[in-house]
Amino acid sequence: MTTSTGRGLLHLAAAVDQPDTYDADPYLTLTRLAERGALDFVTLGDSFGRPGPDALAVLSRVAPATARIGLVPTVTTTHTEPFHVQAAVATLDWVSRGRAGWRPEVSATEEEARLFGRRAAAPAAELWGEAGEVADVATRLWDSWEDDAEIRDVATGRFVDREKLHHVDFQGATFSVRGPSIVPRPPQGHPVTVVDATQQHAYDVAARHADVALVNAAGPAQAAAVRAGLRRRAAEHGRDPDALRVLAALRIDLGGGEHAAVPGHGGGGPLPSDLGPLYRGGPVDLADLVAAWHRAGAVDGFHFTPVEPRRDLERLVNGTVPLLQHRGLFRTFYPGSTFREHLGLARPVNQYAALAGDPS
Amino acid sequence: MTSTDEQRKPRGRRPLDKHIHLAAHFPGVNNTTVWTDPRSRSQIDFASFEHLARTAERGLFDFFFLAEGLRLREHKGRVHDLDVVGRPESLTVLNALAAVTERLGLAATVNATFNEPYETARRFATLDHLSGGRAAWNVVTSSDAFTGENFRRGGYLDRADRYTRAAEFVATARELWDSWTPEGQPHPFAHTGRHFDIEGEFTLPRSPQGHPVVIQAGDSPEGREFAASAADVIFTRHGTLEAGRAFYADVKGRLAKYGRTAEDLKIMPGVTVVLGDTAAEAQERAAGIRRQQVSPQNALLTLEQVWGVDLSSYDPDGPLPDIDPVVGSGLSQGRTQRGDPLVVAEQWRALSRAKGLSIRQTVIETTTRQSFIGTPQAVAAELDEFVQSDAADGFILVPHLTPGGLDEFVDQVVPLLQERGVYRTEYTGTTLRSHLGLKEPVRPAREEGLTA
Ligand SMILES: Cc1cc2nc3c(=O)[nH]c(=O)nc-3n(C[C@H](O)[C@H](O)[C@H](O)COP(=O)(O)O)c2cc1C
Repeated sequence: MTTSTGRGLLHLAAAVDQPDTYDADPYLTLTRLAERGALDFVTLGDSFGRPGPDALAVLSRVAPATARIGLVPTVTTTHTEPFHVQAAVATLDWVSRGRAGWRPEVSATEEEARLFGRRAAAPAAELWGEAGEVADVATRLWDSWEDDAEIRDVATGRFVDREKLHHVDFQGATFSVRGPSIVPRPPQGHPVTVVDATQQHAYDVAARHADVALVNAAGPAQAAAVRAGLRRRAAEHGRDPDALRVLAALRIDLGGGEHAAVPGHGGGGPLPSDLGPLYRGGPVDLADLVAAWHRAGAVDGFHFTPVEPRRDLERLVNGTVPLLQHRGLFRTFYPGSTFREHLGLARPVNQYAALAGDPS
Repeated sequence: MTSTDEQRKPRGRRPLDKHIHLAAHFPGVNNTTVWTDPRSRSQIDFASFEHLARTAERGLFDFFFLAEGLRLREHKGRVHDLDVVGRPESLTVLNALAAVTERLGLAATVNATFNEPYETARRFATLDHLSGGRAAWNVVTSSDAFTGENFRRGGYLDRADRYTRAAEFVATARELWDSWTPEGQPHPFAHTGRHFDIEGEFTLPRSPQGHPVVIQAGDSPEGREFAASAADVIFTRHGTLEAGRAFYADVKGRLAKYGRTAEDLKIMPGVTVVLGDTAAEAQERAAGIRRQQVSPQNALLTLEQVWGVDLSSYDPDGPLPDIDPVVGSGLSQGRTQRGDPLVVAEQWRALSRAKGLSIRQTVIETTTRQSFIGTPQAVAAELDEFVQSDAADGFILVPHLTPGGLDEFVDQVVPLLQERGVYRTEYTGTTLRSHLGLKEPVRPAREEGLTA
């Protein structure tokens, strides 16, 4: 779908993180709010090293109580089992009927290592190398069942066609997996992989494996340059750069009324902060900023992290989103039902089925 | 054993009658689950899980149970293709089911060999929080090199070590669940033992029912000892009256040395129920289900699992092979052994000769056992008798159909149990512990932070 400017519609996402929240309702409230705004997806962060519930569990709990929005938990790959990780993400896709994503993350601290007692802490570069391998084996395991593997053929007594189930025989630097998965191929084929490329060490994993990459930028020109760089790198890895959505990560503080609290800041750029670029102002000026970046062709959309979750997400959905819809830059309803459809991304071809169909 | 059709009168509840506990097992990945029946639906779509869980909650069951398998079974080096295969990851499904149920307990089987205590304790604590105190963990120990090939560590634990790791695993999880202060602040933990040496801060406060309920499934003396020392529920295979009573007495007898009483551990065999309007009709339906469970192809496969050789040239409706099994051929993987193949083969041949049974009929006779067959009245009376005579505290019902396999039971048998006064007519509590009549675990005293 394209807009009057000829550019694709914006993709918008929001974080639903809330400190000290262990029961389901507050997460459900925020996700429903984001869904009311027709956002592409919500993210929920996670780490073994700080208080909080398991993010994938929270978004599974939220899934049956929502209908369309994509659900992206952070899933760490350092002290976890790749086989378990891929099974859980695939299952999130089953329980949400095609709305799952995941944001691979590493655990680089000694504190996190001590919680498991299995390995010492390792440098981030090494851990991201491993995370890339986990992303790789995950797609293989998701493909280890071809879509039509389950045949239920009463005549021959066969429930599955085992020619369509595949050992993946993956050998990585720190782990190996035989396969196939215990979970049949999920509804989206591959749940959506979101990589936080604002971290230097994650950049290459983003270019290689991400469907959605999150980037930091202070203004449209910088954003456009980062996006071009990621697309170039993706192409070097043999990927179609148009199959990568680049979203600007933006913290938002919408406590400042209709217009920017900081003069000149509305249509301008965000402020640098320790936690990444921060927009402080009103929902109307935020819409101006988004529209300006879109016009400049800088990014495919935005990932917002509200500073005050309930307040800022409400203002985003009730203020900024309708303005963007009015300008024809953002959808007014979900035309599709899966997360991939929201992103305009094709359902991936099964790598094993493709091989089997290859006559050579 | 089967029920007679005698109509036992519902009786008023006597003061000493035990209440029956019921749980629902989602149909498994094996030939017990019939997929050829036209009523059989997806084993993977969320709608199937939702239907069975809602049925169980309508029946006021204690909990909904999911088994685990971490590698697809193989036969002759290839993925086994005759049974239902493929399932979603349990904890993720249960978190989703927490959204569509209100009171039902949610039990996941999670292996203590291919997981780590910190992550597992955290995942169960999360489920307990998100479900308002309804989580349970079935701690299994199975570990074979075959399954291990999917994990970082490979197959690495001897049989002797499995329960020592499982026991330390559960004890460690409980240390983590107890680690926050009563005021809701993280408090450092440190555990040093044979299998785990870990320290830090747990990420969640104590959960709404204190700890998730711990279930044990496994039958060796080590398994029973582990259950007696650490479990809240045992999931057993002993579903006959005599075997149930013996198991019950044995396990409950082990509790005292751990300072526990008979009420602290519920014994729940996995059982099947086949209903009919008459006893004869129920028997006929039961026989039909057994034939569906053991297809001609399945009969040969089961035989190959015992004989350890390819028997594909045999006629399933013909006689058993007169050759002896090849022991340790490794023909079949990911499945539990039925005992010494030479002995099993001899028994099966003797049975086949004595009764004039074909291969398929012999396999049906020896491998399918149905627990309760009869009219709803007869089955209700028999379930009650099992519980009142200490053969069980309740049952984990294993239906053969996905997802409608418990509809009849809930509609027809549950009301009769209620009339007998041995089954709840409404949930009286909100947590799984309260359904099971289990005490909330005592938080161990700690020097710091507990200055009351
Ligand atoms: C009723 C029952 C259910 C079981 N369910 C599972 C299961 O879902 N997944 C699994 O890996 N093992 C399962 N097991 C296997 C046990 O965890 C254990 O590995 C096995 O029984 C061997 O231990 P044992 O020698 O103490 O019996 C089950 C065992 C029993 C008796």
